[in-house]
Amino acid sequence: MTNNIVEIDNLSFGYKGRLLHQGINMVFPRGKVVAIMGGSGSGKTTLLRLIGGQIKPTKGQVRVNGEVVHEQDRDGIYKLRRKMGMLFQHGALFTDLSVYENVAFPMRELTDLPDSMIHDLVLMKLNAVGLRGAHKMMPTELSGGMARRVALARAIALDPQIIMYDEPFAGLDPISMGVICGLIRSLNDALGATSIIVSHDVKETFLIADYVYFVANGVVAAEGTPDDLMQSTLPFVHQFVHGDKDGPVPFHYAAGDYQTELMKKSHD
Amino acid sequence: MTKSNPLISIISTLQGIGHRMVERIWRLGAGARLFFLTIIYSGESFKRFHLTLREIYSTGVMSLLIIIVSAFFVGMVLALQGYNTLQKYGSSEAIGVLVALSLVRELGPVVTALLFAGRAGTAITAEIGLMKTTEQLSAMEMMAVNPISRVVAPRFWAGVISMPILATLFSMVGILGGYIVAVPLIGVDDGAFWSQMQANVDFQSDIVNGVIKSLVFGVACTMIALFEGFDAPPTAEGVSRATTRTVVISSLTVLGLDFVLTSFMLVI
Repeated sequence: MTNNIVEIDNLSFGYKGRLLHQGINMVFPRGKVVAIMGGSGSGKTTLLRLIGGQIKPTKGQVRVNGEVVHEQDRDGIYKLRRKMGMLFQHGALFTDLSVYENVAFPMRELTDLPDSMIHDLVLMKLNAVGLRGAHKMMPTELSGGMARRVALARAIALDPQIIMYDEPFAGLDPISMGVICGLIRSLNDALGATSIIVSHDVKETFLIADYVYFVANGVVAAEGTPDDLMQSTLPFVHQFVHGDKDGPVPFHYAAGDYQTELMKKSHD
Repeated sequence: MTKSNPLISIISTLQGIGHRMVERIWRLGAGARLFFLTIIYSGESFKRFHLTLREIYSTGVMSLLIIIVSAFFVGMVLALQGYNTLQKYGSSEAIGVLVALSLVRELGPVVTALLFAGRAGTAITAEIGLMKTTEQLSAMEMMAVNPISRVVAPRFWAGVISMPILATLFSMVGILGGYIVAVPLIGVDDGAFWSQMQANVDFQSDIVNGVIKSLVFGVACTMIALFEGFDAPPTAEGVSRATTRTVVISSLTVLGLDFVLTSFMLVI
């Protein structure tokens, strides 16, 4: 058994004639928290979808537990996904089900556990994210941070080996952000899982990640531990980590000459 | 401003028509594919019938009010219009059979299907479209739960089961409305109203054919609503357009299918 639970090997992916990733190599060792960072539109979430087998790579391969994801048939992919949990950017809770039923959903759908056991497991998972008291509430009654925690409880419902987080800190207040941040690390260690975080929140991600990949222009622009990257002199990493306005990622979107455009009387 | 070349505008118009045709054919194929997948993955809808029952409540039971009220008025108007014409020929006693045949053969299945498309079809499209927009369907996929089996199939069978029941209710309430106008209000003979109906409404060629029609309309309307929701672009505008398309396409399909089915039924 290889030490890496997920391996991305020379992966390229594109659509509508545009290549989003070109020859990406990444490894995700068991038991670690690994972050994929990069600007908006750099294809971070797409990498999660490639790992989950929701889309197929144009070239190269993604291996989960040594099995090539895109070579699996539907049943094979579903078998692999049973080892994965995913936290979506906005939680993606089922709005017609209560908090309790949302967490119970994967247990009811994928196992034959009796109701009494599901009841105990759901309460344990909700207790782990601090929301046991909210189990009767509906998703519409939850705040953004609470919804994210319920979604996290649902993602770990079946004790997955891999937990993927798509922008887990986006749109949260500082307290909720801190709570989610702590939960990701503690749940990863408690479950002995591997966490893959896609984020552009440098401070929170660096606090909990063991290793970080920076994706830019379709390639891995930099990689290393958070400490290494904080000291990095690479212009892109420096701009991203310190939030500089201008740098390799320009402030202005590509456009024609400013003066010429202003002098034009009307648009063609 | 440059003047456009007429040849180029003709070519671009033809290209536009071709593009739309290809898109329509593609959507037809995608719809047929979803229909077959729904049939293949229907097992869960019957094994766990409570899922289908829940959808029967939201599509069928929740449509009862609009169906009953509409049926009542349609029956009353039919009786008024029918009496107005029949009395000229001295056959006002035939009002019962006229109301019953109009409802059982045509108006029951057709108007029910049109109302169903407007009430339940739009709700199905909007719900599935929003589930897609809020990544609920993706979340299900990532949990190794097939959305077609869990979301689409129970709604499909709920629509197919509900429609004939609603159409039958429509016809019954319509006949009651016609009776109230014809007998107590206009003064047509009570016995003649019912006996003529009993003598001239055939179980096989009228009632069963009406039920067959409503069954076909149920398949068509529900499948159109499901496909439009499933295929909706994940934006507010996309869902809104899909909902509108559900009503337009369902209504036209019902009217077209009604003609085809009636032709076959009259020949056979």
